[in-house]
Amino acid sequence: MALFDKRLQDVHNELAAGKLSAAELTDASFKRIAETDGKIGAFLTLNEESARARAAGLDRDAGAEKGLLHALPAGIKDNIVTKGLRTTCASQFLSNYNPIYDSTAASKLRDAGAVTIGKLNMDEFAMGGSNENSSFHPVRNPWNTDYVPGGSSGGSAASVAAGQVYFALGSDTGGSIRQPASYCGVVGLKPTYGLVSRFGLVAFASSLDAIGPLTKNVEDSAYVLQAIAGHDGMDSTSANVAIPDYVSALTGDVKGLRIGVPKEYMGQGIDPKVKEAVLAALKVYEGLGATWEEVSLPHTEYAVATYYLLASSEASSNLARFDGVRYGVRADNPDNLIDLYRKSRSQGFGDEVKRRIMLGTYALSSGYYDAYYLKAQKVRTLIKRDFDQAFENFDLLLGPTAPTPAFRIGEQIGDPLTMYLNDIVTIPVSLAGVPAISVPCGFADGLPVGLQLIGKAFDEATVLRAAHAFEQHTDHHKARPQL
Amino acid sequence: MTEYNSYETVIGLEVHVELHTASKIFCGCSTSFGAPPNTHTCPICLGHPGVLPVLNRQAVEYAMKAAMALNCTVADISKFDRKNYFYPDSPKAYQISQFDQPIGENGWIDIEVNGETKRIGITRLHLEEDAGKLTHVEGGFASLVDFNRVGTPLVEIVSEPDLRTPEEAKAYLEKLRAIMQYCDVSDVKMEEGSLRCDANISLRPWGQEKFGTRAELKNMNSFRGVQRGLEYEQMRQADILDGGGTVVQETRRWDDSQGKTFSMRGKEESHDYRYFPDPDLVRLLIDNEWKERVRASIPELPDARQARYTSEYGLPAYDAGVITSSKKLADFFEESLAYTNDAKSVSNWIMGDLLAYLNQTGKEIDGVAITGQGLGEMIGLLEKGTISGKIAKTVFKEMLESGKLPQQIVEEQGLVQISDEGAIQSIVEKVVTANPQSVEDYRAGKEKAIGFLVGQVMKESRGKANPGLVNKLLTDYLNR
Repeated sequence: MALFDKRLQDVHNELAAGKLSAAELTDASFKRIAETDGKIGAFLTLNEESARARAAGLDRDAGAEKGLLHALPAGIKDNIVTKGLRTTCASQFLSNYNPIYDSTAASKLRDAGAVTIGKLNMDEFAMGGSNENSSFHPVRNPWNTDYVPGGSSGGSAASVAAGQVYFALGSDTGGSIRQPASYCGVVGLKPTYGLVSRFGLVAFASSLDAIGPLTKNVEDSAYVLQAIAGHDGMDSTSANVAIPDYVSALTGDVKGLRIGVPKEYMGQGIDPKVKEAVLAALKVYEGLGATWEEVSLPHTEYAVATYYLLASSEASSNLARFDGVRYGVRADNPDNLIDLYRKSRSQGFGDEVKRRIMLGTYALSSGYYDAYYLKAQKVRTLIKRDFDQAFENFDLLLGPTAPTPAFRIGEQIGDPLTMYLNDIVTIPVSLAGVPAISVPCGFADGLPVGLQLIGKAFDEATVLRAAHAFEQHTDHHKARPQL
Repeated sequence: MTEYNSYETVIGLEVHVELHTASKIFCGCSTSFGAPPNTHTCPICLGHPGVLPVLNRQAVEYAMKAAMALNCTVADISKFDRKNYFYPDSPKAYQISQFDQPIGENGWIDIEVNGETKRIGITRLHLEEDAGKLTHVEGGFASLVDFNRVGTPLVEIVSEPDLRTPEEAKAYLEKLRAIMQYCDVSDVKMEEGSLRCDANISLRPWGQEKFGTRAELKNMNSFRGVQRGLEYEQMRQADILDGGGTVVQETRRWDDSQGKTFSMRGKEESHDYRYFPDPDLVRLLIDNEWKERVRASIPELPDARQARYTSEYGLPAYDAGVITSSKKLADFFEESLAYTNDAKSVSNWIMGDLLAYLNQTGKEIDGVAITGQGLGEMIGLLEKGTISGKIAKTVFKEMLESGKLPQQIVEEQGLVQISDEGAIQSIVEKVVTANPQSVEDYRAGKEKAIGFLVGQVMKESRGKANPGLVNKLLTDYLNR
């Protein structure tokens, strides 16, 4: 069994028994990256020197109290700020940006004992669902390198799938953790909005952005969530809620669990093989004593339009700070101030980012605000209400994570609208702010399919418990790509 | 000369007041003035990628306090919005401000011009963050930016277009400053930029209800500048209208040294700020308990003090108005009253010698050494006859400069008034003997001659003789 396939508790036991060291774990990570990343392209920046020094430090302080993620090699999506470790958001604009502070998530990982291996590739500024929008190089799906890994946390998902790191952090605005997890056959959790601090997450759409773990299994997901969740005084939107013990919530028991299956998530546009895998998952739950029924989330059809208005509006403002003045790459020889802005931003941002900035700027413009931004806010409220009503009768909602398995690199790049529809079943969840997980539930034509479990706000425990129970009775998550 | 009296002037002011919180509105950096450039900064106020704002509660309380003191209704639910614009003084390329749910709305203050009281409406008061400061290098090849000021909390106070003359605008601004001072929410110093004022001004023919086209005036950096800028602008607009032209809606910059306004940008160049609710901040919920707690912290305001000074101490309304226009002056007045009961006399000294000295030196009351105790005790010495009015002036001047108490000054300089009849009598006799002509004149009916003799006695006593006694003894002697 590969080192990173071992259960977390087993790894820690071996470390405690002196059979394994942090240095060996770190070494294994860099070795695997050296072997595989030429094919995958998951990493943008490696933190080799610091990571090895840190691992050595952890080994030296063997007597010290061990964190929850002690010695585990971690990859961090490159929009999560790491002090002194280049953070680019996969944008040429920030190719020279070395942060002067740490994100809360990164510092919590360190507090928990994790070893940061490097920064993971993504769609530029988290805008995209295929990782083709990285301005450095695309990420390839470890299951078939002609295929996309999904996005925007494609580097995070691919890296975990390829066994390069023990776990990774990603960010999810409209599906950016769950969809690549689904395409790469790993577990991806988008926590409730506000459960994990956004401080130090380079903002795409502030009202939607959430940091979460990408892992090989649900148990790891629970551990990582435990380490990064919790109120943060640096983030006004961070929720002040009690954090339960997520690991002990993994009881394997889903008897009596009431599952709702949104009919809108199983209808038109859903690949029959994906649908089949989801229905098979329902059978597993039935077998475990859960019940399920169809439910309607009637405003689902408006979710994608609503999302692209709101997220782009926020992005147009969030990305305005990248102007070449204080940090990032400044264009050479500007004629004047306006020219400095124009040139720096024209050269610094890629097409998809520009497309969304323009869309958002338009939606917020005087005369259009009411028709677009404000209307979208109202629809968002209706979408939230759909979920509130569904959760009156169900403990959990279940559906596919994405309508299809991964597609070929280049297949959709010229067709942004089709690309946007890949997020049709993840976006409503983001708009509602509730937690959801994607777990492997089968394969279609050799590519992984993900099952999405959606919970009530701050009820990650139920989401994880149900996902874990499914995993205990299936083997999909054990499959590994051949690289 | 243009006859701008053929038009009615309409003015509204937008005033920015820096709140003197210890730290910035959305981060922990210091707000203190005058630090070396870019030393009071952090990733948050520098707008680094990934940072988030956390609202300073003290700034909210100051804004609530200011709103209440301006008779505004304080919102139950307020929120923050982003005002988007690109400029190097704005590191996030948006300013966190308040658009449609400001902290305070629908207030008013009373101003007094030419003895008449007028109520000026206040549309709104909202909370926002200040921008950085740009310095343009000579020669135009570079601009330098100092982010120390970025994130200093500001309240913007927007008046209704209720002002009708530049003089009213100045009176409004002065009243606003006094109220902010009383509330102790700001240093309100125009020269340090903690009080800044923009104005909208338009003209219309008398009797017309519709407003004329307005110009927005910026860069008026003193109270006098505001008045002068508006005076210039009303002339400029009247000239245009008289010539059959139309006023262009634009932003104009006041140049104090040239005494003129210049066009900065037209309406079509005005920004579309694309306001939208800041998703990084939660709604601000202000419950009644919080409101009442803040309300209870508001001290007696200038109008109430002025009324009290006239009713309680019998001061003329004008004097009470002048004294209460500055909190420090009014506090000085009240401190003096702890040492004397003669409020009228305290007021006279303030209105006379003190204000003359302050005007002459350009200082404020807290910039001079004199204390209320000093003035109060000096008046006591006057009442007891220990010193004469003339000596008092000397003592007062000394107190302004050294801050010593009057008793000490009098003792050190031997200024105690001579009230010993025998001592004065002998001086009187000496003076009368030395000036037979004046005595003769007086006795011949030239009563004025006594003034000369009094002066001689005072001179002989080096100013220390009790003037009342001198008068009495001299008259007695001459009428003998």
